[in-house]
Amino acid sequence: MRLELSPEDAAFREEMRTFFTTRVPQEIRDTVAAGRELTKDQIVESQRTLNAAGLAVPGWPVEWGGQDWTPLQRHIWHEEMQRACVPLPLAFNASMVGPVIATFGSQEQKERFLPATANLDIWWSQGFSEPDAGSDLASLRTTAVRDGDEWVVNGQKTWTTLGQYGDWIFNLVRTDPDAPKRQQGISFLLIDMSTPGVTVRPIELIDGGHEVNEVFFEDVRVPAENLVGEENKGWDYAKFLLGNERVGVAPVGATKRMLAAAKAHAATAGPGGTSLLEDPLVAAQVAELENELLALELTALRVVAHSTDGKPHPASSVLKLKGTELQQAVSELVVDLAGPASLASGAGAGSDLPEWTRLATPTYLNLRKASIYGGSNEVQRQIIAGTILGL
Amino acid sequence: MDFTYDDEQEALRDAVRGLLGRAYGDFEQRRKTVASEPGFDESLWQRLAEMGVLGLPFAEEDGGMGAGPVEVALVSEELGRVLAPEPFLTSVVLAGGLVAAVGEPEQRAAVLPALAEGSLLPTFAHLEPGSRWSATATAVTATRDDDGDGWRLAGVKEPVPHGARADLLVVSAALPDGGTGLFLVETSAEGLTREGYATHDGGRAARVTFAGTAARPLGEPGTDRTAAIELTWDTARIAACHEALGAMSFALDTTTDYLKSRKQFGVTLNKFQALTFRAADLYVSLELARSVAAWATLVLLDGAESQVGEAAARASLQVSRAGRHIGQEAIQLHGGIGMTAEYSVGHYTSHLTALEHLLGDGRLHLARLAAGVGDHDEVDPLP
Repeated sequence: MRLELSPEDAAFREEMRTFFTTRVPQEIRDTVAAGRELTKDQIVESQRTLNAAGLAVPGWPVEWGGQDWTPLQRHIWHEEMQRACVPLPLAFNASMVGPVIATFGSQEQKERFLPATANLDIWWSQGFSEPDAGSDLASLRTTAVRDGDEWVVNGQKTWTTLGQYGDWIFNLVRTDPDAPKRQQGISFLLIDMSTPGVTVRPIELIDGGHEVNEVFFEDVRVPAENLVGEENKGWDYAKFLLGNERVGVAPVGATKRMLAAAKAHAATAGPGGTSLLEDPLVAAQVAELENELLALELTALRVVAHSTDGKPHPASSVLKLKGTELQQAVSELVVDLAGPASLASGAGAGSDLPEWTRLATPTYLNLRKASIYGGSNEVQRQIIAGTILGL
Repeated sequence: MDFTYDDEQEALRDAVRGLLGRAYGDFEQRRKTVASEPGFDESLWQRLAEMGVLGLPFAEEDGGMGAGPVEVALVSEELGRVLAPEPFLTSVVLAGGLVAAVGEPEQRAAVLPALAEGSLLPTFAHLEPGSRWSATATAVTATRDDDGDGWRLAGVKEPVPHGARADLLVVSAALPDGGTGLFLVETSAEGLTREGYATHDGGRAARVTFAGTAARPLGEPGTDRTAAIELTWDTARIAACHEALGAMSFALDTTTDYLKSRKQFGVTLNKFQALTFRAADLYVSLELARSVAAWATLVLLDGAESQVGEAAARASLQVSRAGRHIGQEAIQLHGGIGMTAEYSVGHYTSHLTALEHLLGDGRLHLARLAAGVGDHDEVDPLP
């Protein structure tokens, strides 16, 4: 057993830290630090900066821009990015569709899509969830029917995050409605969102923001070559993708940063500019959250250290569950620290109240999503109970 | 960063697990052992000595094995797994640890080899009525004899772990000029009274009274040992976290086995999602606690002395939360049988509670950490 990083890993960490804090535009990092919404241009600019340095898609095969890093190095890369308030590479591109195309796509698909996906020249959206197929994804109903050299797609997707920016969407579609099991007869199809018949409609959320969308497909004609891998094998690719999604799923670095910022704000948020950290109940709550975050971070390190043999560490299921709970708990603390100032969420820049207090409640409400998406925390409990405890 | 045991450590763990499994694999044997005096198995203690376990943390020149916190941690976890009542934590880690830390060479030579070979059982008499977990002593006071050479103690220590069975007491006492000193007291000394009793978890403790009892200063006479007590106490807290991990791990395994086998309403309990989800949450608590305890052990191994207190507090807080969660739910998910003395799981909950109250509960450690939240930006586990 050993506490410190090896000299190589320590040097790697320093290298990442330096890059993220000096090469990604300060204005973008300030936006993240303040908890403001990033524009599409900022997200694109940030990812292109990373991609130019080979840091956007390190998990991909080396020939398509990946890095031959150890799991620990990938962990360090991920944590340092969050620590420096650098927006993470767009997940739909970097950790979802990219690895699927790189692993299961044709050579033509790889050449056509992967460089553009890594550089965010194409903004991908995810078309998995449907109104009646959320956590129970296998019950999806959107169909694709073969007609000559084309697929004809009909149906509806929902919860399509940032779909308003999407250039392309990767979909799970039902290509064999008569398959004996629901998981069979599903295919993985890439669709250009400018194709006639594709309609994106915003869904307004409780935080007042526009983040997710419904996507409707009405007789959308998609070239046959846009099918990834084999027809009716889409479920396998989705499982592969969702497995990737769980890597780095505990937002440890971002939550630590949020808590550190909360402490800095709390230091002057008391009556007359006094420190709320002097309140023993506040101090205890902060100390408890810091300890739980430490436990989570160390668990993530244990998982990383043990996944080198290719088999996921059982404790990895803890990460999504606890990671999102803590993320939510810290956002809740921030609302409480803001107190009455948090009511001013609709005030503009002319407000006398600090920006963080005005953003506190929308952020808290927005983060309720964290325990729902990516396999709800109830699904995670089911996985732990079934797979790990054998219940 | 590396959280895995090396081959030698694995071998030690397997040997200890094997020995303890033969002794206490059947819970009935443990029940019999704690029901009779001295509350642990003297022959098993000897076998642990022969295996080198009792000398693990001490230097080879002190008759020990020259091992470190990682070895102490893995032995502690195995002891916790079977709820072994042997006084490894209190006699080896605490009492032996203090002698190793501050004893003169001849004191170390008199105590540590004998402790390592199982012929001398010391204990640390520190807790006092009304003191909670303070590192200082007030209820027992030390005075210098008129001739200036000898020292005498007066007052009460309670509860003293294994205080009635112990062969030698390491006693903390308020010094005449302020501060807390450490003393060695022979159990045959005049003016020493010991009244032993069982604790709720089957352990043993005693009320120990000093009435002008002769005592020898441990290390340089008249020196304030508060810092050494705190450091050794924190070292013991980290070992206790691992003992608790072993106990929690067993309690969770037993509970999941029960959920798979016990039938109610015509089906096994694991058909009820309300129960399996709670078991999943217990696993989350256990793994998080395991991560922090392992980290604290590495801080003890490699980190600066000044970092040990915080690491011990962090591990203790996490283990306190997990211990209560797992201990309480293990009984609840078992239903009535979890309440019975015959069945093991309630005893695990009892011992988890005892460990916490021997060394400092979650509230104490949370208060330690809360006092320092303004001193740092983020908590970084990497040095």
